[in-house]
Amino acid sequence: MKSPAFEYARAASIDEACELLSQHGDSAKVLAGGQSLVPMMAFRLLRPHWLIDISEIAPLQYIALETDVARTGACTRQCTVQCDATLAAQVPLLRQALAFVGHAQIRNRGTIGGSLVQADPSAELPLVAQILQARLVVRAKSGPRTLTAEDFFTGPMTTALAPDECLTEIQWPVWPDRSTGSAFTEVSRRHGDFAMVAAGAQVAVDAAGQCIRAAFGVGGAAPTPVAFPDLAQRLVGTSFNQALLRDVAQQAAAALEPGADTHASAAYRRHLAAVLATRVLQSAYDTARAAR
Amino acid sequence: MSETLYRIAVTVNGVERTGQVTARTSLVDWLREHLHLTGTHIGCEHGICGACSIMLDGAPVRSCLIYAVQTDGHRVTTVEGLTHPDGRLSILQDSFCETHGLQCGYCTPGMLIAAQALLDANPRPSEDDIREAISGNLCRCTGYQQIVEAIALAAKRISGEPA
Ligand SMILES: Cc1cc2nc3c(=O)[nH]c(=O)nc-3n(C[C@H](O)[C@H](O)[C@H](O)COP(=O)(O)OP(=O)(O)OC[C@H]3O[C@@H](n4cnc5c(N)ncnc54)[C@H](O)[C@@H]3O)c2cc1C
Ligand code: FES
Ligand code: FES
Repeated sequence: MKSPAFEYARAASIDEACELLSQHGDSAKVLAGGQSLVPMMAFRLLRPHWLIDISEIAPLQYIALETDVARTGACTRQCTVQCDATLAAQVPLLRQALAFVGHAQIRNRGTIGGSLVQADPSAELPLVAQILQARLVVRAKSGPRTLTAEDFFTGPMTTALAPDECLTEIQWPVWPDRSTGSAFTEVSRRHGDFAMVAAGAQVAVDAAGQCIRAAFGVGGAAPTPVAFPDLAQRLVGTSFNQALLRDVAQQAAAALEPGADTHASAAYRRHLAAVLATRVLQSAYDTARAAR
Repeated sequence: MSETLYRIAVTVNGVERTGQVTARTSLVDWLREHLHLTGTHIGCEHGICGACSIMLDGAPVRSCLIYAVQTDGHRVTTVEGLTHPDGRLSILQDSFCETHGLQCGYCTPGMLIAAQALLDANPRPSEDDIREAISGNLCRCTGYQQIVEAIALAAKRISGEPA
């Protein structure tokens, strides 16, 4: 359980990290919080020749709030994001989801960007990125580009990031609506484990309590976390009656491609997807109504 | 193959320690094998059990998931750093003895670090806070109840309430 040999470089700036990545390309890996990378090294699932440590680059660690977007630097620690009350007021799903990510000791070290690049199909933050349609800014030596979450996540543990690119910023849309509610939940074997299935939702209502905007998604039941913008649209203009809600959740579950493993069968995961989607949508709607 | 050695200087339990390490040397291996601070235990070596918990710049983290080279210039506290300078046990450590918060002792250094970090941040934790704080630390002996009692007892004593 010891890592294989590698060379270590602590990048002092984003430019230096990109320069090192362009030099070493495929034979290098970015080291952020190490909470996924180091176990994979210990299991010898990865054998990079170089680890480029970006965790000390201060310009990759920030939370910047604007009216319609919250920007987080890729290397902002998960605990920092979880503890930020202003951010939690603007993008409540982040804090709600982070409560399910590992344990305090993991979040003290793990970064927001690391979780997104790791792209575990059951991971909470990639699901939030999908639900909110976050945008991800990545940088190579040749320059930056911005990807939508949908384009970023291409499969289980796989993203559109090129080997010489570094994720630098995540832009979380802030909903302008005054009465907005959100909810996140999951079923896992033990608290802090990866989810068997996770679900999150965000809903906004008008003064009469009618839904004016809705978004939801499910993780752990397909190769990537999935958001359902078209199904969510069906809830707009309604007061979330039970039959409609159940139908929307059932259709979402039917569209998923859950796998089976020792923890749960595909049928059980699909069942959970429908139950948890119903629960988070209802809870987000109730919270939004109460905020009127 | 000869591996590159990296020079590091780390403040461990208040004292600056220097060394030369290969990049792949985990922090826990450096602490145990080079500094002979064997209080920190190694269980799974891949982040699951929490036995290797230490504080890095005051925050509890897994020392098996950090390479020693990454801690250059940082501050590390191990379980050895929790005792009084004269070697007497801390209030928290005494509480673990009193409530039988350990049996084999394998998880204990990690539990103590997690608990001390909790008490540093929140001197009056609820039982839920305590359970959450140690949720990343596995114990195969006690069933956790006595550990929770130990931390609650220490919290009372530290804040001067009658226990
Ligand atoms: C016991 C335990 C329980 C856990 N439970 C959960 C859980 O319930 N849910 C969950 O989601 N996660 C969980 N995790 C994983 C944790 O959230 C990790 O922190 C996260 O997956 C990776 O973030 P990191 O900063 O540690 O990245 P690292 O481990 O450093 O890197 C992960 C991968 O991303 C790449 N990378 C990182 N940052 C960048 C960047 N900015 N640009 C380009 N590439 C980058 C690395 O090269 C590597 O391939 C758990 C981990 C442990 C050890
Ligand atoms: S040895 Fe580090 S978590 Fe188990
Ligand atoms: S006392 Fe034996 S593992 Fe906790």
